[in-house]
Amino acid sequence: MSLINTVPDMALTARVDDLLNWTRKSSVWYMMFGLACCAIEMMQTGGPRADLERFGMAPRATPRVSDVIIVSGTLTLKMALRTKLLYDQMPDPKYVVSMGSCANCGGLFQLAYSVCDGVDKVIPVDVYVPGCPPRPEALTEGLVKLQQKIQQEKWLVRKTDPVGVRA
Amino acid sequence: MEAASIHARLRERFGDAVGDLTGSGRTVGATVEPARIAEVAAWLRREPALLFDCLSTLAGVDYPKRSVIQVVYVLYSYRLRHWLTLRVDAPRDDPRVPTVTGVWSAADWQEREAFDLLGVQFEGHPDLRRILMPEDWPGHPLRKDFVEPQEYHGISTSRESLLKA
Amino acid sequence: MGLAGFEVEVQRRVAGGGVVTEDMTLSMGPQHPSTHGVLRFVVRADGEVMKEAIPDIGYLHRSIEKIAEKVGWHGFIPYTDRVDYVAAMFCNHGWARAAETLGGVEVPKRGEYCRVIADELCRIHSHLLGVGSMAMDIGAFTPFTHAIREREYLNDLFEELCGARLTFHYMRIGGVGWDLPPGWSDKVLHFLDRFEPIVEEYDRLISYNKIFVERLANVAIISPQDAVDYNLVGPNLRGSGVSYDVRRDDPYSVYPELEFDVPVGRGEVGTLGDCFDRYIVRMREMQQSCRILRQCLRQIPDGPVIAKVPRNFKPPAGDCYVRVESARGDMGWYVVSDGTAFPHRCKIRTGSFAAISMIPLVSRNLMIADLVAVIASFDLVAPEIDR
Repeated sequence: MSLINTVPDMALTARVDDLLNWTRKSSVWYMMFGLACCAIEMMQTGGPRADLERFGMAPRATPRVSDVIIVSGTLTLKMALRTKLLYDQMPDPKYVVSMGSCANCGGLFQLAYSVCDGVDKVIPVDVYVPGCPPRPEALTEGLVKLQQKIQQEKWLVRKTDPVGVRA
Repeated sequence: MEAASIHARLRERFGDAVGDLTGSGRTVGATVEPARIAEVAAWLRREPALLFDCLSTLAGVDYPKRSVIQVVYVLYSYRLRHWLTLRVDAPRDDPRVPTVTGVWSAADWQEREAFDLLGVQFEGHPDLRRILMPEDWPGHPLRKDFVEPQEYHGISTSRESLLKA
Repeated sequence: MGLAGFEVEVQRRVAGGGVVTEDMTLSMGPQHPSTHGVLRFVVRADGEVMKEAIPDIGYLHRSIEKIAEKVGWHGFIPYTDRVDYVAAMFCNHGWARAAETLGGVEVPKRGEYCRVIADELCRIHSHLLGVGSMAMDIGAFTPFTHAIREREYLNDLFEELCGARLTFHYMRIGGVGWDLPPGWSDKVLHFLDRFEPIVEEYDRLISYNKIFVERLANVAIISPQDAVDYNLVGPNLRGSGVSYDVRRDDPYSVYPELEFDVPVGRGEVGTLGDCFDRYIVRMREMQQSCRILRQCLRQIPDGPVIAKVPRNFKPPAGDCYVRVESARGDMGWYVVSDGTAFPHRCKIRTGSFAAISMIPLVSRNLMIADLVAVIASFDLVAPEIDR
């Protein structure tokens, strides 16, 4: 005898994937990787007006406990080596949000000799948020898109390889 | 004190090592022979009528047409509220200038920056090494003939534009 | 990577009871939870007490000075915002004044007043972040959220004025980009009416809080002689007792027509020149900025806001040195022109560069937690240091 849908006021049925993903996307902790100007806007997004905590996103200082690294600001070549190290220190499953023009493609600092043109040269990126700097609303939309991406992940099926690094 | 009188006293003390008065505003000053700059700086700091206690800026400027790298010292006195600028011309292929770290501690990091970005060797500096660029960076970036490296530690320094014309 | 270039001697000592101890060498940064940007310190410590802390900078060196030589006089203004993004108006102002000094351009009176209004609002903007992140570094998270909340009101004002919340690109060579929008002055006055009691609320909340005072009093005392010798500027210099402010002592723009006090540290809870003095100078400066803003909004004349400057601006060959009193102190712009449409050299001397060079001096025999308080009290931002 099956219990499914026999006692609707006591038991809910759902797919395992949906349930797991819903719990995971509602508690995405981001590592404070504020490099430059976008870091200020990231702080403002975490502030009282455009609150990120209502999505369950808390700022963490160390990569060991964070789910997503929000690369906010210009990545210099000197810093790019350390960024790879920090990304490797994050435990799986991990995501990368590239915030702002400089992290997306070098931004207005493509003319510079010491800037790495885009963080996707060192680590694979899941969401690109454009702007210089992006408004809190834009960053929030980017993180909501990340939540939608997390919602669609499949756990009971073998996972495909992540997006390759464009060096 | 007026810049002209400061310059006159400087000329009186150091003779031909000090050039003519040039510039305007806060950059009014004179050129100084590279070998004597530390002496001149120390005297300017100690002399009771001058008392230049602040090295406001130390900047290196590359003049490839004249084949010099000029190190500019903008000096200010908090006590007596006057300005003076000293300019030192060092030959471009081997720029060597005595350090003034002994006179103003602010010169320490400013000279390291001039070394890092322009290649000026400051003789007598306690710790002359790169400050802004990575330790293994080739070349001195602010020189006019600097060529950007194609890649650094496996990361390429160019990105193809998505805006195809 | 690693500790290349930092050969520090590890000292082994035999402590009491025959126990052999060794100093540990830590690398603090470049990623760390403080908000001051990517800075790294190599700390040699005996347990909690530091023997020395050597700063390692350059992680945000974006070659802004070289870019000036590539993009031209007008095109460089957005890059100046990024020199100090927390107080971007001052950087715009410095560059615009340098170009105007070289080119002999005179800014109309209304333009000067708009500049001062933008500057002083930006000073409040920057000090709020400085003070809020100082409190957060000490451990109190709430004042930071208060500061962020106030900054949101300022962001609204700036957005109405020039369209941007952080990197303003408001000033142009010859004046400012846009006139004050209609009704904006009333909004600023409304904000000031709301903000002045908030500073007092801050004082009640955090300034004289016993834990805050204990963390900051008598930590990293800098004497006035050392401060001048190391070229410390701004609130850091005034916190050590040297009463010098570029707006009053070497004035520019319309500051001679305005009345304001210059707060100086007095060693009220500890010794003169400690971290608390530098903090309290910033709090009082915010109050003085409110005073300046009210005067400006009353006295501002009518007229154009920008002078006629050709698009192909070519100032005559020469050099100049221009200072503005930024939130982090006197920012010096040494600009060389060779008569073409592109600057020959632009050197920016910032307050944070000198302040961080003092860290090896002041951090002897401090605890690691005090190093965080010292960094916060200097109000360092990485882009000013690295440019």
